[in-house]
Amino acid sequence: MVIPDYKKYLAVERLPHIWCAGCGNGIILKALLLVLAELNFRPGEILLATGIGCISRAGDYVSFQRFQGTHGRTLAFVTGLKIARPALKVFCLIGDGDCAAIGMGHLIHAARRNLDVAVLVANNLNYGMTGGQFSPLTPNKSLTSTSRAGKIEASLDICRLAEVAGANYVARTSVFYHGELRKYIREAISKTGFSLVEILTPCPTYYGRYNKIGGPDEMLTWFRDKTVPLKKYLQMDKQEQKDFFWRGKLVE
Amino acid sequence: MAGEKNKVQFLSGNEACVWAGIHAKARFFAGYPISPATEIAEMCAHELPRHGGFYIQMEDEIGSIAAVIGASLGGLRAFTATSGPGLALMQENIGFAAMAEVPCVIIEVQRFGPSTGIATKPAQSDVMTTRWGTPGDHSLIVLAPSGGQACYDLTFAAFNLAEFFRTPVIVLTDAVIAHLREKVTVKSEEELFLVNRDKRLLRVTGLVHDSFGYSSDVPEVAGELITRLAQKIEGHQALLPGPRFYGPESPEVLIISFGISARAARQAVFLAEQEGLAVSLLELQTLWPFPEEEIRKMGAEVKTVLVAELNRGQVQREVRACGISPEKVRGINKIDTTVITPREILNEILTVIINN
Ligand code: SF4
Repeated sequence: MVIPDYKKYLAVERLPHIWCAGCGNGIILKALLLVLAELNFRPGEILLATGIGCISRAGDYVSFQRFQGTHGRTLAFVTGLKIARPALKVFCLIGDGDCAAIGMGHLIHAARRNLDVAVLVANNLNYGMTGGQFSPLTPNKSLTSTSRAGKIEASLDICRLAEVAGANYVARTSVFYHGELRKYIREAISKTGFSLVEILTPCPTYYGRYNKIGGPDEMLTWFRDKTVPLKKYLQMDKQEQKDFFWRGKLVE
Repeated sequence: MAGEKNKVQFLSGNEACVWAGIHAKARFFAGYPISPATEIAEMCAHELPRHGGFYIQMEDEIGSIAAVIGASLGGLRAFTATSGPGLALMQENIGFAAMAEVPCVIIEVQRFGPSTGIATKPAQSDVMTTRWGTPGDHSLIVLAPSGGQACYDLTFAAFNLAEFFRTPVIVLTDAVIAHLREKVTVKSEEELFLVNRDKRLLRVTGLVHDSFGYSSDVPEVAGELITRLAQKIEGHQALLPGPRFYGPESPEVLIISFGISARAARQAVFLAEQEGLAVSLLELQTLWPFPEEEIRKMGAEVKTVLVAELNRGQVQREVRACGISPEKVRGINKIDTTVITPREILNEILTVIINN
């Protein structure tokens, strides 16, 4: 396979990045840039919109247009931006706290309005930037810095939420499946209207350490073992489902 | 029809703000219903599409100001309108607009607060909220019209100032001005000067950033940025609408006021003149940055300064901070949902002059 020239989209002079060793954010950014290179976008026609959190620093490492808003509000900013500049291709890269906690209202309404944007949710299962607190997407019973005895609240399926809110395209995978990740990102970007890809990604520094999953390698294999194809997941009973994440396409 | 230009119209303050926006070529409005500002949203929903513009009703005020900022970055002149509780929600992104230097206009129709307060009654108690509501050292512009014509003129000016200074501008009205119908002369295209902006590549963040739009935590970069953001406005006060002066040039008593209270003060100056008293009014059109120079100069020459406002003394504190001796400054304040009347101001003038 010829690797497309994704480096032109990278602000190489800004490296090294701030992410921890073994973090999945770099994998996600590279997957996005590879897709952009495959689709051969010109820098002036694309924009990366981010929020606040580890993944949202990605805007500092791209050479093309970037917008970084306030925590949770990315999709509300993009709503105005897209009305003013409908031809601009906008990709959002936001974290689980950003989109499912503080920004959930905007996410639902952006999907309901069918805002033409591809939302890539980097779900590292906790708030990494602030030191590993649980988010609405953190699985029940997880250990985090604000749930030392295990998270007692239920977790949320952000993909199903996007589905009922009217999203055109919804898929979930993990950075472990890099080919699938690129494919979903490509499909999401190519689709007109609101699309969302949830990307399960390792945060070895906090989630991995608190839950004794291990280092970067172990976290990657943990995601491999913890994810099952959607079809298989639906055949499981409710109790069994609790131990797994489904992956695949929910809406297309 | 009020949209026709160069005609004398009979408009409410809210309507005058909208026409000013349309004549300033504002083509994007995002809002959320809130009394007593709702008519602005309603009218924008009706009129903007007829002028090639867009209206969007967002899920809350946080989203409204965010969409306005997004549209402005996308090249449209954009505005929103709200009242106290909505302004509270907008504060985070007003700070963002200040930090990321995004032009936008916010019309704030003050109502009685705090909290839900009384939605239909006036107040002037958001003076400090407009200035310091968003955290961090920053500067922005707040204009205070005192009637329909001023709503039109100052809202139009707000769009130009927002573009010129690349900053959020708040037009601070109140529940009375918003609904008061008055004669307003709208201008023709030739009479209106518009500041245009260059289209650039978008590299925007609310983080401390260098001149290329990349985030930075270098102390020099942070220090220079924050200083520049404040200085670019505070160093150019002469470009902002100055205070209006009514009455004799060397008065014994100077009233300082703004918004609806300034209307009563204007009448009080007239009543005082009939009583043979030397009383003048300094009506502030720009509240922030505070017009210190003018107030210091005028305040030094008079025996008494009366500050009339519908709050517990927010502008009065600023007047004192200008260096006018504290015993000279007195407030005329009302915090019971009713407006200050000319009579009440005149009574205060008489008391003061007898004591002098
Ligand atoms: S804290 Fe976690 S998510 Fe953040 S950079 Fe480090 S590993 Fe990545």
